[in-house]
Amino acid sequence: MTVSVESRASKQAKKVALWLATFLLMLVMCVPGLWVVLSAFRPNREILAKPPVWVPEELSLVNFGKIFGFGAEQVGIPVGSYFTNSLIIALTSTVIALIIGVAGGYSFARYRFRFKGGIFLGLMLFRAVPGIALSLPVFMMWSRLGLVDTKLGLIIVYVSLNVPFTIWLIDGFFRQIPQALSEAAQVDGCTRWQAFWKIEFPLAKSGIAAAGVFAFLTSWNEFALASQLTRSTDSKTLPVGLLDFTAQFTIDWAGMCAMAVIIIIPALILTFIVQKHLIAGLTFGGVKG
Amino acid sequence: MAEITLEKVVKKYGAVGVVHGIDLSIAHQEFVVLVGPSGCGKSTTLRMIAGLEDITGGLVKIGGQVVNDLPPRKRNISMVFQNYALYPHMNVRDNLGFGLKIAGQSAPEIAKRVAEAADILGLAPLLDRTPAELSGGQRQRVAMGRAIVRNPDAFLFDEPLSNLDAKLRGQMRAEIKKLHQKVKTTVVYVTHDQVEAMTLADRIVVMKDGHIEQVGTPMEVFNHPLSTFVATFIGSPPMNLLPGLIEGSTVRLADGTGVPVPDRLKQFVRDGMAVQLGIRPDDISPVGHGLSQDGPGAEVALTVDLAEPLGMESLIYTRLAGQEVQAKLYGPRIVQPGEVLTFRLALDRAHLFDAATGKSVRAQ
Repeated sequence: MTVSVESRASKQAKKVALWLATFLLMLVMCVPGLWVVLSAFRPNREILAKPPVWVPEELSLVNFGKIFGFGAEQVGIPVGSYFTNSLIIALTSTVIALIIGVAGGYSFARYRFRFKGGIFLGLMLFRAVPGIALSLPVFMMWSRLGLVDTKLGLIIVYVSLNVPFTIWLIDGFFRQIPQALSEAAQVDGCTRWQAFWKIEFPLAKSGIAAAGVFAFLTSWNEFALASQLTRSTDSKTLPVGLLDFTAQFTIDWAGMCAMAVIIIIPALILTFIVQKHLIAGLTFGGVKG
Repeated sequence: MAEITLEKVVKKYGAVGVVHGIDLSIAHQEFVVLVGPSGCGKSTTLRMIAGLEDITGGLVKIGGQVVNDLPPRKRNISMVFQNYALYPHMNVRDNLGFGLKIAGQSAPEIAKRVAEAADILGLAPLLDRTPAELSGGQRQRVAMGRAIVRNPDAFLFDEPLSNLDAKLRGQMRAEIKKLHQKVKTTVVYVTHDQVEAMTLADRIVVMKDGHIEQVGTPMEVFNHPLSTFVATFIGSPPMNLLPGLIEGSTVRLADGTGVPVPDRLKQFVRDGMAVQLGIRPDDISPVGHGLSQDGPGAEVALTVDLAEPLGMESLIYTRLAGQEVQAKLYGPRIVQPGEVLTFRLALDRAHLFDAATGKSVRAQ
């Protein structure tokens, strides 16, 4: 009797400790994000106050009004065009990276061809090169080709950044799908193409969704290359636009945080929508028949 | 009419040959089983008939038409795969109707034929489930349903029962046989299990290393094996093989024992020939505990090394001419190791194989 009481107590203690550890970990991870979100709704003077004001005294949408150009105060930053640029560049490059990723992933999973191992290794090694190391050569090439400060220029860069990863992830998914399914579909009357679209593609959907989210977030959040290759409202993306809030002598923290929230929201929404697929995708267990 | 003909069919992967020019004709509505150990080329042969493997050489004809270059969908065959290959994202109804839908059949027609197939296989209560919600036997039945719903010219089965447990395997074996009796269609069935081959086949094709060893009805293959390979592969437990030399009309075994050459084989042997004497365990039985006790035979006292009781019969391990052999005892009787019993060898049912080639002396 006493033994079980003791063990129950120790179990309880363990549980509490675990919760505490989780809480601390989450605190470390979440507080900066939370602070950014809070600051987006606070006036600059409260943000800069010393000692810090921990609990906000006033919250308002004034900062958002400022950056979007309505209300009494306005900042001269074209957030709207940055947002549009970001959306166009991220979506286009994601779609292209997915198309190439599906085609490439399927080929690596299903076909045998010469230098297959070498090509795959090459793709993976390309992932290992830090993007910033390529910025100068890319800049030089792009300036000759007239691609600097264009959306197309950035789209091409992001596609090449994302393709190795999408191929790798999607290849893993197609490998999980037994080849017999496609064969059964072909015996059932499908062409190879139909078998792919009707059987294998739907089964790999979670993996493709996961790859898509990763590609989108990479493009959406990328700063280093974008800061080199963009100049004006023609192509500047949101992360680069954040820099506009730093002037020579002042930094508009409130505006910057408001814009950061705007950057975070689409990423959050997207991740939320596909989270079911994402979990299946990341555990690689989504297609067991 | 859908007879299937293979003429000198060859399959190579690069330089490696897997199937070495086999000839086979399968009649309309015949149930043919390709059987052999793994790696013998039986599945590859089936997949060439299905169109899932390229044919390196020779011709495959279905219904008289050469199909070498036709994709699977144009061969009007259906196939049951070892792992069932049910579409995991569709329910049973859609799995069954998939082929019809692809073929552009109308919805009412699909519904009608799916209902018919579901009826034949007892799948009606399961139509709205997904494959993940089915047991192994049910999945197997859905796979068969998907095959019959399209009214194909031929069914191809690729080791369909090897993922099931022993009891279910027996049940499904019977269901496949019943299905063939109901839906009279040409069937090509691949298995490594000689029991499936014996019980299901109209004709058995025994394969080894990419060659056909023997083709015949189950009883022909069992009673007249053309090689030691077939003799030991078909029948369980396998046939005992004892090396010996022909001396006149006697087989002299390794320990000097002389066994008379069976009358029916006398014309095929010559003096000094090295042979293997084949006797099935069923033909070595203790006196009074055998299957048939008439006909010419020899009686010999042997010591029991090991007995495996199976209920109505027991498998007995003993030594004959210095070599371990398996014998069968019919009727319930407890046998102890070390016990000496008088065994009767049904010599008229013995087989002789050329020791050099492994072929039956009748085939020389």
